[in-house]
Amino acid sequence: MFGKLTLEAVPFHEPIIMVTLAVVALLGFGVFAALTYYRKWGYLWSEWLTSVDHKKIGVMYILVALVMLLRGFADAIMMRAQLAVAQGGAEGFLPPEHYDQIFTAHGVIMIIFMAMPFMVGLMNIAVPLQIGARDVAFPFLNSLSFWLFVAGAILVNISLGVGEFARTGWVAYPPLAELGYSPGVGVDYYIWALQLSGLGTLLTGVNFLVTVFKMRTPGMTLMKMPIFTWACTFTNILIVASFPILTATLGLLTLDRYLDMHFFTNELGGNAMMYINLFWAWGHPEVYILILPAFGIFSEVISTFSGKKLFGYTSMVWASGAITLLGFVVWLHHFFTMGSGANVNAFFGVATMIISVPTGVKLFSWLFTMFRGRIRFTTPVLWTLGFMVTFTIGGMTGVLLAVPGADYVLHNSLFLIAHFHNTIIGGAVFGYLAGFTFWFPKAFGFKLDERLGKGAFWCWISGFFVAFMPLYVLGFMGMTRRLNHYDNAMWQPYLIVAFCGAGLILCGILFQIAQLIVSFKNREQLRDLTGDPWGGRTLEWSTSSPPPFYNFAELPTVHKLDAFQDMKEKGTAYQRPASYSPIHMPKNTAAGVVIGLLGAVFGFAMVWHIWWLAGLSFIGMVATFIARSYNQDVDYYVQPDEIERIESQHHARFEAHGQTLNTTSFAEQV
Amino acid sequence: MKIEQFSGYLKHLVWLPLLMLGGCNMALLDPKGQVGMDEKSLIITATLLMLIVVVPVIVMTLAFAWKYRASNTKATYRPNWSHSNRIELVVWLVPCVIVAILGTITWTSTHELDPYRPLDSDVKPIEIQVVSLDWKWLFIYPEQGIATVNEIAFPKDTPVNFKITSQSAMNSFFIPQLGSQIYSMAGMQTKLHLIANHEGSFEGISANLSGEGFSDMKFQAISTSQDGFKDWVAKVKANPETLDLNSYPALVEPSKADPVRYFGAVSPTLYQHILMQYAHGGHHAMNSAEHADADMVGMHMNARTEESN
Repeated sequence: MFGKLTLEAVPFHEPIIMVTLAVVALLGFGVFAALTYYRKWGYLWSEWLTSVDHKKIGVMYILVALVMLLRGFADAIMMRAQLAVAQGGAEGFLPPEHYDQIFTAHGVIMIIFMAMPFMVGLMNIAVPLQIGARDVAFPFLNSLSFWLFVAGAILVNISLGVGEFARTGWVAYPPLAELGYSPGVGVDYYIWALQLSGLGTLLTGVNFLVTVFKMRTPGMTLMKMPIFTWACTFTNILIVASFPILTATLGLLTLDRYLDMHFFTNELGGNAMMYINLFWAWGHPEVYILILPAFGIFSEVISTFSGKKLFGYTSMVWASGAITLLGFVVWLHHFFTMGSGANVNAFFGVATMIISVPTGVKLFSWLFTMFRGRIRFTTPVLWTLGFMVTFTIGGMTGVLLAVPGADYVLHNSLFLIAHFHNTIIGGAVFGYLAGFTFWFPKAFGFKLDERLGKGAFWCWISGFFVAFMPLYVLGFMGMTRRLNHYDNAMWQPYLIVAFCGAGLILCGILFQIAQLIVSFKNREQLRDLTGDPWGGRTLEWSTSSPPPFYNFAELPTVHKLDAFQDMKEKGTAYQRPASYSPIHMPKNTAAGVVIGLLGAVFGFAMVWHIWWLAGLSFIGMVATFIARSYNQDVDYYVQPDEIERIESQHHARFEAHGQTLNTTSFAEQV
Repeated sequence: MKIEQFSGYLKHLVWLPLLMLGGCNMALLDPKGQVGMDEKSLIITATLLMLIVVVPVIVMTLAFAWKYRASNTKATYRPNWSHSNRIELVVWLVPCVIVAILGTITWTSTHELDPYRPLDSDVKPIEIQVVSLDWKWLFIYPEQGIATVNEIAFPKDTPVNFKITSQSAMNSFFIPQLGSQIYSMAGMQTKLHLIANHEGSFEGISANLSGEGFSDMKFQAISTSQDGFKDWVAKVKANPETLDLNSYPALVEPSKADPVRYFGAVSPTLYQHILMQYAHGGHHAMNSAEHADADMVGMHMNARTEESN
């Protein structure tokens, strides 16, 4: 009846897990009670869960990403605490079977369930607005993507309390990930969580490519697109080209584990090297999927707050294109130590280094954007400057690892761990946090508190250096990754310092939580009445904050790059048309949330071999999809009188704020 | 604005190369064999080369941010300046030149440091067959006819040719102070050539997660004099325990933090058996593999098939 699932699957004997579950249950009950007490279930359902509005979907993506950031960070600080104490015979407080789950969960969560949704969330909020569109090309598909991702996130979190998570590291290399060495349900949770969310990501990639290619506002040629939109476009190309590889690879591993096939096993002609190649054929492009949008955000931020055009826009676009292309021919550098020939290793080493050329060009572009600018040191600018310093170091250590001769001793060491955190935290996460602060007023209508934001920045960056510089040293001391305990007394001081660094990052996170609370309380003082709180240059700033659900009452016409800046300079910004035309909009739908939640049930049933439930939920997913496909009542027209009413409200607030309509010198006023 | 605080981070940058040149406790910066020494100097050369771009970028970031701060109204402000052919040429060319130099170094060093390349030496090499087990290392000396667990010894200044495979999960065979590591994979053989130029006892590890007992999967690599090595071999030989197809399965049983073990005699075909056990249809092929064609091993079972050294 319940497959492999019994009550023993709940780890009652693990105090850390049980306390965590109790806290989560308490918080969950609190939210449930509050929603019921304030009668907000209907609002939540009709305004958020079934919404197909890209802005709301973006907000939900980021909300889940922030929650998962806390979960992934809890894993991180437990790992650092374990290694700070587990020296010389001391086993620490986490036995290997638990510790191995923690570092696997940390990696999977931070990459797939924190960084990816954060990036996709920002893309959802900003890209349609930047290209002057009213929604994405396939609004229902967008909702479905989000809910499939949520299904994956639900599975990862359930694995904490029911059963276990994989103990294989986030790469899940066979043969360790095969049934023979991982007989538990951990790897199955891993597989289904990644499959569901990966499908969501792939659909997002398709959706946004079509959006960008088909729905740009009149006049916006490709080379007039904002640079963040370009960065996301390249990311979506990478997604569409690489995520199917992950799906297929995990599919083969599933066949190995469920149907006794032997693609990657030691026995019967299987070959684990095939998995490792396929995994990184997705895994390396994935790195650029994460970093390119962050590069785009830094470009927007540095140009806006320098009050200046982006230096070398064309070079930037081509550099991103070059990174996209080269990102596919470097995967082997993740396993120079697997016995490939010198020619093969050297080829992939040199190919990897070549990527540093377009990346270097980007750094210089940001530098020369600041050059002869008027830089306002807002929080997003601090994140950008912090990134430029940090990422340069991470890039250098990355190129060092790309030299096979150096990698032969540095591979899998803590040097490698320091390197990729250097680029993922100092690159991707700093970028997303910059984007979060930058577009927050656009999404919510008020700015975030600057003082607390700066406090968060200084804690994060100093915490980053304190936590990860010792790891570079430990790499040189010969410390390898994924160790549960060690007996080299000279390593311990460095690991204690690293733990303190994690503590500083925790302070940064606490500052950010405080920032959200304080900003919400002071939202009236922080309110953005103009829609353009920073002196923005691109179209998202031309509409109100938050934008009306249809984004633009009238589609803007673009003549130049930095279209909104151009309008402000020509005095055509904020002009109201004589009359409005009806706007074609999509209706909300419950199909996305229903399919997503059924997906979570399906994944859970597959993990525990509850075949009847798996069959039922799968049929449910397909049936819901078919029903949705035959539904003809999916759109409607917003009538001119309603548009008139909404627009008048915005303009009344705007004028009451006392802004002149021609704000060419906006930069100086802020 | 606290831009001056940024300059604090510059110190890290000064500290990074210092760390590379100093490093008394650092295994990788205190190598005891030629391979490790070459890799150390490669790391230092590559780092210094990259600092040519990295240092100016960081200095320019801080300097530009400070000079063009909004409150400094004396600085030039050109909001529409966004293109310069000369600057673009420089920012594309400089990284290209550095990558070209580094790429050349990479190409030659990758061939010189290829783990499969036998080392240049007049001394006759010693061969050690390595098998990673759950969670310990088995070493077989085919010429001496002995086997050990979690300890190896070899004379200094003598090239050591490792042939490496795995019984189960993938591990990485790594003696940090001697240089390169390489994966051990079941049913496949990888090769590694190392040499110790100093006497001493160096820690060996697995550098790839292989399950629960992985953290304790360590061994000692002892580099000693010719006589010391002879004594060590004699000590192992004196041990009555033998390792053959019958006793091997007991050794394969998973165990953690195993003590050193010596086997005074070892079946000369054991390593080949371990290597071939997964060929032709699974575990039960253990026996039939006894007669396997040696060429089969060479052709199909090496992780590397595109060239032979």
